[in-house]
Amino acid sequence: MRHLRLILCFTVLAMPAHAAIEAYEFNSPKMEADYNQLINELRCLVCQNQNLASSDADLARDLRRETYDMLSEGKSQQEVVDFMVARYGDFVLYRPQFKSTTYLLWLGPFLLLLLVLFFLVRRLRAQAAPDEVDAAALARARQLLENNESKQ
Amino acid sequence: MNRFVMPLVAFILMAGLLGYGLREGYDPKLVPSPLIDKQAPAFSLAMLEQPSRQLSTADMVGQVWVLNVWASWCVSCRAEHEVITDLASRNLVTVVGLNYKDEPADATRWLQQFGNPYAASVIDRDGRVGIDWGVYGVPETFVIGADGQIKYKHIGPVTHESLEKKIMPVLTELLG
Repeated sequence: MRHLRLILCFTVLAMPAHAAIEAYEFNSPKMEADYNQLINELRCLVCQNQNLASSDADLARDLRRETYDMLSEGKSQQEVVDFMVARYGDFVLYRPQFKSTTYLLWLGPFLLLLLVLFFLVRRLRAQAAPDEVDAAALARARQLLENNESKQ
Repeated sequence: MNRFVMPLVAFILMAGLLGYGLREGYDPKLVPSPLIDKQAPAFSLAMLEQPSRQLSTADMVGQVWVLNVWASWCVSCRAEHEVITDLASRNLVTVVGLNYKDEPADATRWLQQFGNPYAASVIDRDGRVGIDWGVYGVPETFVIGADGQIKYKHIGPVTHESLEKKIMPVLTELLG
């Protein structure tokens, strides 16, 4: 219970840092959810490591307005995304589409993982294999040990 | 011996990759425009000099032209102003200004102060036409062919060097 209260406190504190400045009125909860999802997934072109939701740049404000206007007109999320991509390219998307130019981007990490696993398995197998020990050398070592013990 | 080969190969690959990122003339912040070789987004906007008259993209069809996005609040626009003036004075192409998110009074004063290289400037007060053209960092300069397609986009201030090396070759080819 105490933890829950603490978490709630921090959640409230964290909100202003994340909220866009404009106060838009939404026709429906779905529209608000769509809007929030879009501005979180679209990149601000000016400050390129921020999304539209967290950027205070002039262009980000304009693009938020554009997003809001399009949703008010009843456009779908996909239509807004297509609108942005047509003008600013795939770079505007924080979650790039899966297509021929982005195959490497999406599949690259898995390929890398497979590659690493392949080498790892090969190395582990090599280590697990018992060393070939010369039978003659083993017999000689045993004899030396025995001789040593009998002398004491 | 062998245990040095793999790290060395890895190092060379890594150095090559990083070196590629540092190659000359490459700026990772530039976002290539998806509008290249596409029809220029249409606009019809009031002219700064005569707000009662409109200039539209349709008026420009049939000629090669340059659209320079500028604003009086934009510091780099001041830096590239003499280069744009140089380009306009060659009388090769019509240079149109897109006055982006600016106060018309400030814009007019700016042109009076530094000189007006533009055949005309149009007013994009709320930046909507800028969004249509994918403008994200003023100044930006577009070269549009006689067929109405965008052939080249320059992001940031045009320097004498980029004018000669990037923009002029495009213009020369388009003008034949």
